[in-house]
Amino acid sequence: MHPPAVLRRLAGALLLLWLVLTITFALIRLAPGDPAVFLVPPSATPAEVARLRTELGLDQSVAVQYARWGRGMLRGDLGESFSLRQPVVTALAQALPVSLGLGGMSLILTFLIGVPIGMIQAIRRGRPLDHALTVATTVVYAAPSFWLALALVAVFTYGAAAWGLPPWLRLPAFAMRSPGAELHGWAAALDLARHAILPVTILTAVGAAGIARYSRSSIADVLSRDFVRTAHAKGAAPVRVYFRHVLATVLPALVVLFALSLPGLVAGSIFVEAVFAWPGMGRLMVNAIVARDYPLVMGAASIYAALVLLANLAGDIALPLVDPRRRA
Amino acid sequence: MKLPRSISRMDAVALAMLGALTLAVIIVPMVSHQNPLAIGDVLALRLLPPWSRDVHGNFHLLGTDRFGRDLFVRMMLAGRVSLAVGLAGSLLASGVGTVVGAVSAWVGGVVDATLMAIGDALLALPRLVLLLVCAALWRPGLATVVAVLIATGWMGVARLVRAELLGVKAQPFVDAATSLGASSSRVLWRHALPNALGPAIVATTLGVGNAILLESGLSFLGLGIQPPQPSWGNMIAGGRDLIVAAPWVAIAPGLALIATVLACTLLGDALRDRLAGEQGSTLRDRA
Repeated sequence: MHPPAVLRRLAGALLLLWLVLTITFALIRLAPGDPAVFLVPPSATPAEVARLRTELGLDQSVAVQYARWGRGMLRGDLGESFSLRQPVVTALAQALPVSLGLGGMSLILTFLIGVPIGMIQAIRRGRPLDHALTVATTVVYAAPSFWLALALVAVFTYGAAAWGLPPWLRLPAFAMRSPGAELHGWAAALDLARHAILPVTILTAVGAAGIARYSRSSIADVLSRDFVRTAHAKGAAPVRVYFRHVLATVLPALVVLFALSLPGLVAGSIFVEAVFAWPGMGRLMVNAIVARDYPLVMGAASIYAALVLLANLAGDIALPLVDPRRRA
Repeated sequence: MKLPRSISRMDAVALAMLGALTLAVIIVPMVSHQNPLAIGDVLALRLLPPWSRDVHGNFHLLGTDRFGRDLFVRMMLAGRVSLAVGLAGSLLASGVGTVVGAVSAWVGGVVDATLMAIGDALLALPRLVLLLVCAALWRPGLATVVAVLIATGWMGVARLVRAELLGVKAQPFVDAATSLGASSSRVLWRHALPNALGPAIVATTLGVGNAILLESGLSFLGLGIQPPQPSWGNMIAGGRDLIVAAPWVAIAPGLALIATVLACTLLGDALRDRLAGEQGSTLRDRA
């Protein structure tokens, strides 16, 4: 893509970002419920609630609040969270790395596992191995992630302890770190990795099932084309045919899909974060919505929308890099 | 593309599964003499394992939950909710999407630009996030879940229908109908639209399973169907802290959910192979 085209796309993306945030602003303020009421103790008098509303700027008209939010956004100021009593930026800065780490790690594993499975299925199409893998991927694809998460916790946390499995197979099911342990350096990293195994496994399993289903059909499609038969006929080694000819053909679509999958994975981690009590974006968003914490909802929505738009943009930019036909 | 025999066998299996499930969720709560909502003799009845008989001599195929309610009957009652939400959510969202896409493609100009901008803006949030924001608008419950599924699900179908219609619009039979004196709206609804619905029908079928998953996810988070009304999602949530003491409470509704979504996915796949050839990605924002 030419630089001017990138700039045009970027401008369009910013316009969309503003539009979706305006819609979110309207939606969350249309939702019944007064944030001030959630914040005061049940014994508070109406006068105290009114004072808090003034303090939070909720006594002004929605138009004034919107203008104030817009001015803040332009200056890069997301405001202060009602419920956490800290800047929204601080709350996001703590939660985003958690979800991005979970999502990013799972995304890479999803493609590293999903694409080869789909490829094997396409190559062995119609054979027992293909059928077995189709059943497996379709079942996992149909399963809700929170249910799979509970199943893994039952087996690897409670089951492993009950059946006396070796300690390295007993995986922690809650939080990101062992509570109370003062760990540093490698020990802390190892602890975090052990806590991450179950959540990442869940996200990877459901993601890889989808990618395998997609890869199987798109690779099977390519395998039936004439140029593949020609390559086989002229005596190219199967490995060369599959990697040099087939994979190269489906690669552009996969690269774009890779970029587009990140926001969905980060959003999908809401359930995994809920089960494993990870302090990520999902939990932040759910709590903010329930507490009608307007600034925090807007801040989290900005991050999600920016992720989607950046992913789209990354896909557009990456396409010509992997597909010579798309180069101008 | 010629279909392997196993595919058509699979969609027969899927249809049979869905049919049996629909019958079961309709009939079982009707004929059962156990009330799946009432809480009775909790201490004597709670957490009975599957395939057991309680002190009153009642047989519990899948055991009982923490309040002594029969799990099988509750699961079937929850199945009514899930199937209804899945069908209504997906069909109505596609209906809205079809109308928006059709109007967009047929009218064009500013209307097209505005409708597509709104659609693109809503697509700029992951569906799950948009779902959560919209779910806050109304009191949690059945109607809210369906409304939210419609509000967040129409954009994809609108784009599909619009793109197909723009292709159909250029075809000679549309010109022919117009030159025979048919009004613009008659050409759209009677001639052009029926020829542009293939991809939308596939998306709708695949959307049913997706809607069921999203409903269960919302209910699991406590933002969807509210207890005591059972849904597979809130039943799993209810069995969450019992996965060691009474794993069947969470396992059973999960398996029902998987079987249902699986059947919908297989059916959608089969339909796609038949109707639409190479049609979009089968990936989705999922629960």
